[in-house]
Amino acid sequence: MHGGSFSTRVMLKSMTEHAVTAAPREPEPAAARATRSRRGKQRKPAAKIPAAVLVGQVTAIGGRQAPPRSLNPIVPPRSVAGRALLTLVAIMSFLSCLSVAAVAVVADRAKSWQRDIAEEVTIQIKPVEGADIAATVARAAEIAMQVPGVTAATVLDEAQSTALLEPWLGTGFDISELPIPRLVAVRITDGADLGALARRLKQEIPTASLDDHGRWLQRLAAMAEVMSVVGLVILALVFAATALCVVFATRGAMAGNRSVIEVLHFVGAEDSYIAREFQRHFLLLGLKGASIGGGIAIALFLVLGLLGRLEGPTPEEAQLRSMFGGVAVGLNGYVGSVVTVLALAIIIAVTARLTVRRTLRELD
Amino acid sequence: MLRDVSFHIDTSSFQFITGPSGAGKTSLLRLLFLSLRPTRGSVRIFNRDAATLPRSAIPGLRRRIGIVFQDFRLLDHLTTYENVALPLRVAGVDDSAYRRDVIELLEWVGLGEKMWVFPQVLSGGEKQRAAIARALITKPEILLADEPTGNVDPPLARRLLRLFVELNKLGTSVVIATHDLALMDQYDARRLVLNAGHVEIYD
Repeated sequence: MHGGSFSTRVMLKSMTEHAVTAAPREPEPAAARATRSRRGKQRKPAAKIPAAVLVGQVTAIGGRQAPPRSLNPIVPPRSVAGRALLTLVAIMSFLSCLSVAAVAVVADRAKSWQRDIAEEVTIQIKPVEGADIAATVARAAEIAMQVPGVTAATVLDEAQSTALLEPWLGTGFDISELPIPRLVAVRITDGADLGALARRLKQEIPTASLDDHGRWLQRLAAMAEVMSVVGLVILALVFAATALCVVFATRGAMAGNRSVIEVLHFVGAEDSYIAREFQRHFLLLGLKGASIGGGIAIALFLVLGLLGRLEGPTPEEAQLRSMFGGVAVGLNGYVGSVVTVLALAIIIAVTARLTVRRTLRELD
Repeated sequence: MLRDVSFHIDTSSFQFITGPSGAGKTSLLRLLFLSLRPTRGSVRIFNRDAATLPRSAIPGLRRRIGIVFQDFRLLDHLTTYENVALPLRVAGVDDSAYRRDVIELLEWVGLGEKMWVFPQVLSGGEKQRAAIARALITKPEILLADEPTGNVDPPLARRLLRLFVELNKLGTSVVIATHDLALMDQYDARRLVLNAGHVEIYD
């Protein structure tokens, strides 16, 4: 400004000098003095009493207020951070954390089931009239043990087969009278060559078939996937609902601060500056609300985890164990909850920012 | 409603805009301040046409203009100091960089004692001076003041006028809208007299 050659100090110095030299030329000096002294009298108590009340924490030093340590925010925080919105954010955060934890639990469970199942394959041998089924079964176990990666091959004897069929056929029947296939449980490690096992069985025992539980695995994976998608859709809906609430809240806060926004525009504030000021409040509110909701959710997970570990013999404890023991939230659930809290706060801040910018454009 | 109003404000010039209430003084200032857009005719500010000015260019131009509103427009939740420093703060200047200048200016306009209080406890005259200080803090190229002496006693009005004159000598163009004849008599300057939407210029 002014070619950049004048500093405020120079300008002010010159103005001060002028004021001092001009003072004696002022007409009605007595009246002016009277006015000044009257103002002076009014000023002191006015500065001390109501100012102290309004400023609050600031102490008066020599009749003058000491400068506060930090500047007041440009958008008054009380006009933005309503308790209702805080509660709403906390609730939304709680629900988000629940659905994230549910997804994590399902994924963990599915993975451990898959691991258990994938460690075992089953050889099934159909009985053929006139053949020695026991010898065939023993041969199948032998073949299995010769395949690399197989750690054990256990023949299920008649008693075990009967036990497996008990839920369907009941007790007290003679298994030898029924043409029931016999089973060999084969434990395998990761690198086991199931293809080779299947080929050798086909060559030597035409009545044998190999079940690697692939269909089960597929179904489990599909179920886990569906559960995860449902959980994530719920999460997305909760996030969207929160964002919409923040849109309304932002518009409300802007309406309440219309005069502030106007003044900010008049002193040359850019839209991005105003948006930043609002965004800061909403980010704080989001962090606070989401932390409350997320904290409650995490506390709930901890309690569930403790209930699941109950080992008492009473029926009540057994009941609690059976109800909640299955939903112990793992590390993924806790990490997911913390990430959800942060994501929610960021969504709130960004929504507020976009809403402010959009509303400012509309106001124009 | 203003019509057939045509004038140019030169660099480093000083003028009063006067006329009866409702003659359009405030509207004219708002046109100059880009808070009103002309329905017809052309308003050029710093050689830019106000009608075609993109929204994003307005803050930059407003930072070159200081404005004093008739109703002060101080922010009630900010202290006097913060109100005066607001134009620098929104321009992204750090508090430590302008602190001395703001305090000095506040002392000069006689608000040294009221620096850390909120506008609610300021008198009309004190608010007026705070509003003027806020308009001056950025050393604007043009100062627009709407009834800047409307709420102060005559000695202070004279002092404020001297402030404007001094600012003008340093190169700032000054436009004062007022219906205070006594004030205008104290300083011989160009007068734009508005009446029923028309303007007469007395150089």
